Amino acid sequence: MNQDDLRRQIVGRAILLTGNDIDTDRIIPARFLKCITFEGLEAHVFEDDRRQMPNHPFDQAHYQGATILVVGQNFGCGSSREHAPEALKRWGILGIVGESFAEIFFGNCTAIGLPCLMLDTEGIAWLGEAVSRYPEQEVLLDVEARLVCFRERSIPATIPDGARNQFLTGAWNAMGVLLEAGNKIDDVARSLPYVAGY
Amino acid sequence: MTETLLDKIWRAHTVRTLPSGQTQLFIGLHLIHEVTSPQAFQMLREAGHSIRYPKRTFATIDHIVPTASQLRPFPDGMAEEMAVHLARNCQEFGVSFFDLDSSQQGIIHVIGPELGLTQPGMTIACGDSHTSTHGALGALAFGIGTSQVRDVLASQCLAMAKPKLRQIRIEGSLPRGVYAKDAILAIIRRLGVMGGVGYVYEYAGSAVTAMSVEERLTICNMSIEGGARVGYVNPDATTFEYLKGRPFAPQGEAFDRAVVWWRSIASDPDATFDDVVQLDAPSIEPMLTWGINPGQSIGVSERVPYPHEAPDADRAAWDEALAFMGLESGRPIVGTPIDVAFIGSCTNGRLSDLRVAAEVIRGQKVAKGVRALVVPGSKAVARAAEAEGLHEIFLTAGFEWRKAGCSLCLGMNEDKLTGMEICAASSNRNFKGRMGSPTGRTLLMSPAMVAAASIRGQVADVREMLP
Repeated sequence: MNQDDLRRQIVGRAILLTGNDIDTDRIIPARFLKCITFEGLEAHVFEDDRRQMPNHPFDQAHYQGATILVVGQNFGCGSSREHAPEALKRWGILGIVGESFAEIFFGNCTAIGLPCLMLDTEGIAWLGEAVSRYPEQEVLLDVEARLVCFRERSIPATIPDGARNQFLTGAWNAMGVLLEAGNKIDDVARSLPYVAGY
Repeated sequence: MTETLLDKIWRAHTVRTLPSGQTQLFIGLHLIHEVTSPQAFQMLREAGHSIRYPKRTFATIDHIVPTASQLRPFPDGMAEEMAVHLARNCQEFGVSFFDLDSSQQGIIHVIGPELGLTQPGMTIACGDSHTSTHGALGALAFGIGTSQVRDVLASQCLAMAKPKLRQIRIEGSLPRGVYAKDAILAIIRRLGVMGGVGYVYEYAGSAVTAMSVEERLTICNMSIEGGARVGYVNPDATTFEYLKGRPFAPQGEAFDRAVVWWRSIASDPDATFDDVVQLDAPSIEPMLTWGINPGQSIGVSERVPYPHEAPDADRAAWDEALAFMGLESGRPIVGTPIDVAFIGSCTNGRLSDLRVAAEVIRGQKVAKGVRALVVPGSKAVARAAEAEGLHEIFLTAGFEWRKAGCSLCLGMNEDKLTGMEICAASSNRNFKGRMGSPTGRTLLMSPAMVAAASIRGQVADVREMLP
């Protein structure tokens, strides 16, 4: 087990992005998907939103260097582009806290080692308010204890067991684990009428 | 014990329970395209792996292809490079590739069913959120990201937690001028854009049973717009009839044996669900979006909403949407001027969609100042439409008749909105900037409604214009 792959806790300053249903087209517009590597995507994260909204959080001086992203409901909905979490990760984000996440986005974040924790409505509202007031202070995102801690509060957070286990054991890169099944994969293939032949 | 299609397919494809508690699920059909696969092939290469089941992966090129002229090399150097990479990766790893020079190229979610690659009982994965489309034939089809494309290439498996299941029953007959697109927009309006997170949607009820496979494809396609990663319709006689004779479908006696298995994987008649929702088909009218997500929609007879009508939690979102769209609250949505009309996409770019639109357009002219284009979902759709003379109807009316691709739906090729143009679109997403202009605006609607808007130059009620 590579210790670098463990994601038990993440500590860092946070950046608050308000709003619900922020889709992956907004996180990284489609024209930046014209590429064959993920390199350089961080330069275009929220590009169109930032042009239309002076003082976008990603441009605010006090949020530079933040590693924890605080979001609302259904963050990352829409397109399955992994370019979206890659752009965030390459910008410097190491973990995300939100009220809820779109399913494919959540899976993509997990697959690249970016934990997404969920708080209830009151918890996320409090955290957002607190982070915007004290952006210089650090947030603790505790995957193991299922807590998000900031200043005087430790707020219970949720994360599905499967993803949490992957982060705690460093097995979020699923390829190696899946290949360990070995011949069992072929056994299942042979048992399927459409693979074996009708 | 009764089982659903989800239970049965999940069980048949389970390799093992992973240490994380997730299921290792065998993927029967893997579809890839040029945008989300290059990094996956690179990761595979770096890890020193080959493709575990190369014959179970199929590729095509759709997102970045120009639709005006498809001569190579593409004028856009990066698009050309992506095309070259996909061809090279497919050749190196032994993947079948429906390239531009094949007669079978098209949008991946159009050609999968069309070629008979998509079959009942399968697990299907593709690095594209609209993979849910394939559920229309009774498969479980998952949109995945690039790391998972790598996982499927290497192991033919995915690590997944079993989702919950919601049955959505659409009962009764859809009225004249109301289509599958209107039904799914009505569903998303009711359940919201995140209502389906954590769920698979099973579409059922008499309206769904009466639908053609192409209509079911439209419904399942937009499951993801309601937050549901997977949507499906139980396979039935309509499904089997559709598949019969398709190139990759079983042939002859094997087909008959396949039908027996396909029937067996449908949900049991007395199966139970985590949730059931019912919609009344006769009460659905032509729908269209007024905002910046597919849940922000209204019936064509309604007015643009006021922010104060929003549920409390949505108030800020409605303010933002109305400001972006520049629509005036309280005004009828009918009469909203449009600049562009787009018929195409994996949602509504099939032959039946073009037929319906052509019926509205026949003998009419596109309104002055409106740029109108039809982009068939595949080369096969284009050929079939041309054989019926549909292209002549569109061309005579003033539409452009393009070549197959994703086109304006996501603006990754030359087809884009400019500035604040407003587009009546048969596609699936009205997100900010979706159609290639950061300030461009999209009104999602059925192909018939797009046709109506193209003639009037403004949003119109297609029910008044049907022949």
